[in-house]
Amino acid sequence: MNVTSFMQLYVFMLAAFVGYQIITRVPPLLHTPLMSATNAISAISLVGSLVAAGSDRGPVSTWLGVIAVTAATINVVGGFIITDRMLKMFRHDPTPAPKEAPKATDAAKEPGAR
Amino acid sequence: MRETFTQLTYLVASILFILGLRSLTKPDSARRGMQYAAVGMLLAIIGTLVQHEIVRYDWIAGGLILGTIIGIPMGTRVPMTAMPQRIAISHMFGALAATLVGVAEYWLHGADLGTAKMAAVGFEVLFGALTVTGSFMAFGKLQGIVTGRSVTYKGQNTVNITLFGVTVLMFVYLIVNPGNAIVFYSMIGLALMIGVFMVLPIGGADMPVVISLLNSYAGLASAATGFAIGNNVLIIAGALDGASGFILSIVMSKAMNRSFNNVIFGAFGAAPVVSTKTATGLSVRSISAEDAAIQLAYAKLVIVVPGYGMAVAQAQHQVRELAELIEKKGGEVKYAIHPVAGRMPGHMNVLLAEANVPYDRLYDMDEINGEFERADVALVIGANDVVNPAARNDKTSPIYGMPILNADKAQNIIVLKRSMNPGFAGIENELFYNDKTSLLFGDAKTSLSKLVAEMKTV
Repeated sequence: MNVTSFMQLYVFMLAAFVGYQIITRVPPLLHTPLMSATNAISAISLVGSLVAAGSDRGPVSTWLGVIAVTAATINVVGGFIITDRMLKMFRHDPTPAPKEAPKATDAAKEPGAR
Repeated sequence: MRETFTQLTYLVASILFILGLRSLTKPDSARRGMQYAAVGMLLAIIGTLVQHEIVRYDWIAGGLILGTIIGIPMGTRVPMTAMPQRIAISHMFGALAATLVGVAEYWLHGADLGTAKMAAVGFEVLFGALTVTGSFMAFGKLQGIVTGRSVTYKGQNTVNITLFGVTVLMFVYLIVNPGNAIVFYSMIGLALMIGVFMVLPIGGADMPVVISLLNSYAGLASAATGFAIGNNVLIIAGALDGASGFILSIVMSKAMNRSFNNVIFGAFGAAPVVSTKTATGLSVRSISAEDAAIQLAYAKLVIVVPGYGMAVAQAQHQVRELAELIEKKGGEVKYAIHPVAGRMPGHMNVLLAEANVPYDRLYDMDEINGEFERADVALVIGANDVVNPAARNDKTSPIYGMPILNADKAQNIIVLKRSMNPGFAGIENELFYNDKTSLLFGDAKTSLSKLVAEMKTV
């Protein structure tokens, strides 16, 4: 084990600790968005895939890299979109807050119409 | 100079990721926070693309475009009811990316990988590979391609433990002798098998735990990728994902009063317990939609207990419509959400939010359980095991000890039920035979529509 490996372990430990502290405070209400959010965030492995695909280190690395880039991009794009789609749906009661400005189609169904 | 820029984008991305997750502690700030996290992701990608190491862009562009083409419909088109399988398949994609990067590292460096790097790469492909097949199995079960029931056979646990033991031994051997490619690829093969065998015996009701666990594994695989290629933002994001999945699995296990081991090795729901109550001649009381509507119309407080049955029947919008009518008559409506209502953590909240139910009406089990005594009506829609008093008082019951919603404490209980079949756990529910309980038989959506129509005439 060299110094770099130890530094990486420190980073991992601290990040896991921060993650634990934050995530225990996420209410059950948002557990599904939380899972899709962490999934989208961990698709940062795209960064590693890009290097494998683009550094021209032989066809095997390139091909494995391209498949990895595709898979990770699916999670980045799909993950952030669907998380946003879910979070958009959580709204206050009873009158719709003006700042949230629901879309016209949603507004028609709003309970706030009363 | 370029290297500094790259590292700066990674640093900013890490901060935005952590802030994004922190924003999820409050529903109002959540959306904005996650949008910032997406910006962080974009920055990190740009920071990577300008690196010296990357010399060709044609293949990268192909992968990015293809991934975007597939990713957009997976974000915009997938219905909220299909969220569990959608998340399961995305764990597969995430783990696949990590595994392939690990294989590419090994292919290039092989025996030259030092002990520390080999450990990282080994961990990466081990957890990555078993998450790939495990998530695919989970997806298959949730989507109905593979049977949702648990699949068990004699000696299953022995096979699984042996398989796992051999894989771990290979991993240890590789750390000492990184050069042995045959062992490396065999280990991946075995890890792929473990993923299948691990999820095979797990029944549909246990899916929330499995999805959370796979979420954790996918995160750990990503973090290991960071160790392998020396990238801190990967380590941080992977650690966050791993921690999140781990916490959620614990929350889910607790909500079912089961340990990890019990979920993985217990094969819950394999043999449905034969109904004992009906045999002893207890009968249920059924109610007409008209009478049920009258009860609801005069109730001061109605607590709705939605279960997976409601989601299956796609009846969320009818529930909301009914709730609005009750409110118009002067009653109050609250929703009691059990942590395992649905097929993944928090699933029921998303389904109700989609149906325009304001989130401040959705209550966790701990918040609402004290209020049932005050409730005039508990309206149980397609939920079963989560309101089964046997969890409290029947030591022989397989769900004994599981925390439940105290629907039986309400003044009146109306249960919307398709038929008298037992729930997912295959257990008879004594709530249905309670004197205060009346059952409204039929498809949840049809029954609710009838209730809505009746409510309008009351």
